[in-house]
Amino acid sequence: MSAIVDKFFFYLTRTIALGILLIVAWIFVELFNNSLDSIQAFGFDFITEDKWAPNLEKFGALPAIYGSVISTFLAMLLAIPLAIGVAIFLSELAPAKLKTPFGVSIELLAAIPSVIYGMWGLFYFVPIIRDAFGGVGISMLTAGIVLSIMILPFIAAVTRDAMNTTPDILKESAYALGGTKWDVIKDIVIPYAKAGIIGSFILALGRAIGETMAVTFVMGNVHRISADLTQPATSIPVTLANEFNEADSGLYYSSLFELSLLLLVISFTIISIAKFYFLRRKRIGA
Amino acid sequence: MATIVDIFEEKALEVKDFEFTYAGADAPSIKKLDMPIAKNSITALIGPSGCGKTTLLRSFNRIHDLYPGNKYAGEILFKGENILLPKQDLINLRIQIGMIFQKPTAFPMSIFDNVAYGMRLQGIKNKTELQDRVEKALKDAAIFEEVKDRLKQDANGLSGGQQQRLCIARAIAVEPEVLLFDEPTSALDPISTAGIEELVVELKNRVSIIIVTHNMQQAARVSDYTGFMYLGELVELGRTEEMFVTPREKLTEEYITGKFG
Amino acid sequence: MTHTQKRIVVNNVVMVLSALSALVGMGFLFWILGVLVLNGIDALNWAIFVNEGAPPGYEESGLKHAMIGQLYIVGVATFFGVPLGILAGTYLSEYGQKAKLAEIIRDISDIMMSAPSIVIGAFVYAIIVAPMGHFSGWAGSVALTIIMLPIILRTTDDMLNLVPSTLREAAFALGAPKYKVIIQIVYRGAKAGILTGVLLGVARVAGETAPLLFTSFNDNFLNTDMMEPMASLTVTMYNYATSPYEDWQKLGWAAAFILSMFILGLNIIGRIFLLKKRGK
Repeated sequence: MSAIVDKFFFYLTRTIALGILLIVAWIFVELFNNSLDSIQAFGFDFITEDKWAPNLEKFGALPAIYGSVISTFLAMLLAIPLAIGVAIFLSELAPAKLKTPFGVSIELLAAIPSVIYGMWGLFYFVPIIRDAFGGVGISMLTAGIVLSIMILPFIAAVTRDAMNTTPDILKESAYALGGTKWDVIKDIVIPYAKAGIIGSFILALGRAIGETMAVTFVMGNVHRISADLTQPATSIPVTLANEFNEADSGLYYSSLFELSLLLLVISFTIISIAKFYFLRRKRIGA
Repeated sequence: MATIVDIFEEKALEVKDFEFTYAGADAPSIKKLDMPIAKNSITALIGPSGCGKTTLLRSFNRIHDLYPGNKYAGEILFKGENILLPKQDLINLRIQIGMIFQKPTAFPMSIFDNVAYGMRLQGIKNKTELQDRVEKALKDAAIFEEVKDRLKQDANGLSGGQQQRLCIARAIAVEPEVLLFDEPTSALDPISTAGIEELVVELKNRVSIIIVTHNMQQAARVSDYTGFMYLGELVELGRTEEMFVTPREKLTEEYITGKFG
Repeated sequence: MTHTQKRIVVNNVVMVLSALSALVGMGFLFWILGVLVLNGIDALNWAIFVNEGAPPGYEESGLKHAMIGQLYIVGVATFFGVPLGILAGTYLSEYGQKAKLAEIIRDISDIMMSAPSIVIGAFVYAIIVAPMGHFSGWAGSVALTIIMLPIILRTTDDMLNLVPSTLREAAFALGAPKYKVIIQIVYRGAKAGILTGVLLGVARVAGETAPLLFTSFNDNFLNTDMMEPMASLTVTMYNYATSPYEDWQKLGWAAAFILSMFILGLNIIGRIFLLKKRGK
């Protein structure tokens, strides 16, 4: 009897574990199948065409791709230096009494849903951008800044964790040669934790590019490529969030599914790079 | 009061009425300690775990200051000055008093850059000078022959014993006056250990050495003076050849004959 | 100036910059938190908990429909996601261990944890909403279950791994079958850790908005039929905040405040469990 239950338990857990792989594969297949119409209609032009005109049944993803890339790039550009500063403060500089409360609040802030960041952006940050640059205040720049603030706690927390892996004895050796705090950070801590730090940046990039709610409020969903960052723009997730419920034709839906597939492939690739090149999982005890 | 043998050499360091208390601790870990350290000699510090020998060693370059809340009292004189004063320039102190750690601490950079690190910190940029001094330091640390063809390679590719000699090369490259060794062979195999011990003995012509060891044979083999510490106090400081044969304190005798510890 | 003096100056400059960036970063984050708390408390009142949605300008409007809808959607996702995640994690830690298959499942789960949640919404739209012909609470729950699974699976895997193998061996040595060892010994040893994983997983999906936009959609009135579109705090918050009506925006802040407190609360409880375990 026990042996049967034992076997059953094994197959039960195994089936569910395999189910995870199945779901992921299913997601890809389903998105691909639903994109077929659009793929057949536009082919490769889908990602090079800059016109997105549902009324003309013409769908080009370039403005959304451009918006995703630029807003994410802006966000990383703003967040990384700030996050490194925060991480250095947390791991090397803060007095022992401040370290824990400060670190925990950073982690808790990383847990606040992104929709809250978006809402704050809409009500408090859009007016600032409007006053500073004119226009409506809903823009690529606003989206980049709100996104950077949203990913800041995540990047700071993981960068700090990576920096904390540097053994104390290694740092002490550099101090013992007469190094200053900054010498030790730039020559020992950062080189030692380099892979982890870069990996966490790329992981943050992978998350930021798929982030929807923090930017949907403040970007505007305007399918136009403009070098002027103070103009409204769109990104892949923003387009999805705004238009999925409005799509009224098969081709429109299919194009949105192709956008989803594109987004999934892009973030899957970025996250995989972070994971496999930089953040190889360390086995416990190794 | 501790029994302290007369030291005829000049003194490299002089510990006077020294106390050390770790952050948050009620009682000091080192109590009212007096101890002279002879110049160009090797002084070994022995004693059971927790006796304060490593704590004392780490006071000489004030590496304790990296962790806030640690407290010193009394004096440690180096070149006639008390290095425990708040105005003490720690960077300058650590350039003059080097340290080798329990485990090899090769930095995440090339072999050459490891040895050049301390010199670069001092602003030496001249390539030929760096090259000459790195080579000399590696030779003095008896590792040059093994690494001369791969100076540009990552130092972490070296074996444990090689890494520890690399750390010694890195420390002597800045020409310190005192070198502190904190159980430098505890992570090494017997052959590497013998090599390091030989090296330590050779170095004493140029620097004054203090070595903490948990291994009494090692103290007997390499040192000129041995200090035996117990419960945060110095019990006896004697000439090594005398102390291991005829210790003056009963506690010392019990320890070196293996009655405790 | 000597080289060492120069180094000290550079060091001090960098340290000031680092402290400043910490100050700026925290400033922004506390700004958001402050806005959330002030607006939230300002908008909170008893009516919010007893009234359903209403047209703008209508005085007796509330969030009862959204809170109950949120509980349904997240509750059902938890009901399915937690046991499935724990069982799959059990396979990885206790059976798969370091086998290739287990490693692949781990890697894929790690990637899925950071994958864009809106894509999951699109997927669920394709498999549930489109065939059914309308949005439904079920669709929202399925989307959240898919998002929750990898989180629960990986924390369970890690937490079971922390249980010392000697404990398992001791139980095996007494002749216990494997499933009993797992259920009676391993689960018990990893209880606090798994509970933390569950709390953090629930907290994570409770804040999800994007995957609900086109699965559970929204409803301005109370609905407890999972077959129909259902309100959630997150989607309600989004709709109200982007509306031009001041009283709706105010309700949006109330929803944001209630949801954030719930999520922060779960996070804090989770951490306390973990700390307690470490303290032992």
